[in-house]
Amino acid sequence: MRFSTLIKTTKEDILEALQDVKDPEIPTISVVDLGIITGVEVNEDNFVKVTMTPTFSGCPALKIMENMVKERIELLNISGVEVTTNFDTPWNTNMISPKGIEGLKKHGLAPPEKHNGLVQIEILEKVKCPHCGSRNTTLKTPFGPTLCRSMHYCNECLNAFEQFKPVE
Amino acid sequence: MNYNETQIKAVKEFLYKIADDQLIIGHRNSEWTGLGPLVEEDIAFSSIAQDKIGQAQHIYEILHSLGEADADTIAFTRNAAAFKSCHLVELPIGEYDFSLMRNFLFNHAEQIRFDMLANSGLEPLAKLAKKYRGEVKYHTMHANTWVRQLGKANEESHARMQTALNDTFNLALGIFEESEFADILKDLNIFPGEKVLQYKWIEAITPLLEQSMLVLPESSAWQPVYGGRKGFHTEYLEPMLEEMGEVFRLDPKAEW
Repeated sequence: MRFSTLIKTTKEDILEALQDVKDPEIPTISVVDLGIITGVEVNEDNFVKVTMTPTFSGCPALKIMENMVKERIELLNISGVEVTTNFDTPWNTNMISPKGIEGLKKHGLAPPEKHNGLVQIEILEKVKCPHCGSRNTTLKTPFGPTLCRSMHYCNECLNAFEQFKPVE
Repeated sequence: MNYNETQIKAVKEFLYKIADDQLIIGHRNSEWTGLGPLVEEDIAFSSIAQDKIGQAQHIYEILHSLGEADADTIAFTRNAAAFKSCHLVELPIGEYDFSLMRNFLFNHAEQIRFDMLANSGLEPLAKLAKKYRGEVKYHTMHANTWVRQLGKANEESHARMQTALNDTFNLALGIFEESEFADILKDLNIFPGEKVLQYKWIEAITPLLEQSMLVLPESSAWQPVYGGRKGFHTEYLEPMLEEMGEVFRLDPKAEW
């Protein structure tokens, strides 16, 4: 008898393990805290089904993250794992956890402001500078080095910085 | 989905049209990589390209689930006659003013289309539309900013933007070429029709163009450029497809 059938792996075990899987483009935030793990199920035979959703439809890191999630879960006491990506629960930046927000800051990024389901242009202006905390800043361009970032300039400390931009 | 044969045909044509527009304008936008007038514009056009091609891919995946080939095969192996894209998206990038105005007109139509489709009876598409409209918002924001700025900056920039609008407007009207299956899509609550979209589009772009000191051509002079939705294209599409699919066709079975 396989050991895996004796001890039940829980959803919490899976989520804890996935804390080790980081966004390949922002290594200070896990896929769980980023909010892209939208479903975890463990059945009676310890078979795991994970559902993910992309941050951006054109995100090139998606396949890589799917594989990273699969490989991490395979290290657990389970009988098998299946990872699928869909848009059933579409991602938005409100789904980033408080810990995730801290992770973004640690990477030098201004975190996205919370929004009420609609992103207005105004919340892209006056973004808080991650270097000095001033809101005397200017949006330079809504597009940055990756799809999820915009570029800003701080008029106070005269530094350029990037924001993880709000998405509805 | 319990659609009959004709309904499936209508759905497929509709999906091809939307995704083909995105793939082609996405590829054209990517041609600005390395050529943008500012490094920020280089990045903006490249990012918009990445978004649009990614969005097209997920719509091709719906088509795949309806029995069509897989997304890469659909994107890279068809010839021009099989594409349902409008002429606006296939023209070469031209000068920056042309590409910018094209994006402005196209992105607004796309934004409204996805707003309408967010409640579509075609569930897999509705899910994507909900996601896409948030992404396209950044594309319209980008175009609005620059159209406004250049429309008012100085005589030359104003003249260039007005000329670009005159040159692209009839092409943009070609986005709204109605399908022979329009009634079916309407009856299935999938999409209320291109004319509804066109009306909303005119309403959306008119105030923005006014703020930019640009004048929309008189409606009596509108001459929509149709044909793309039926597979008739300009001489520019086939060479673009040749180039776009070149690497894929070297080894279609390659693992990426």
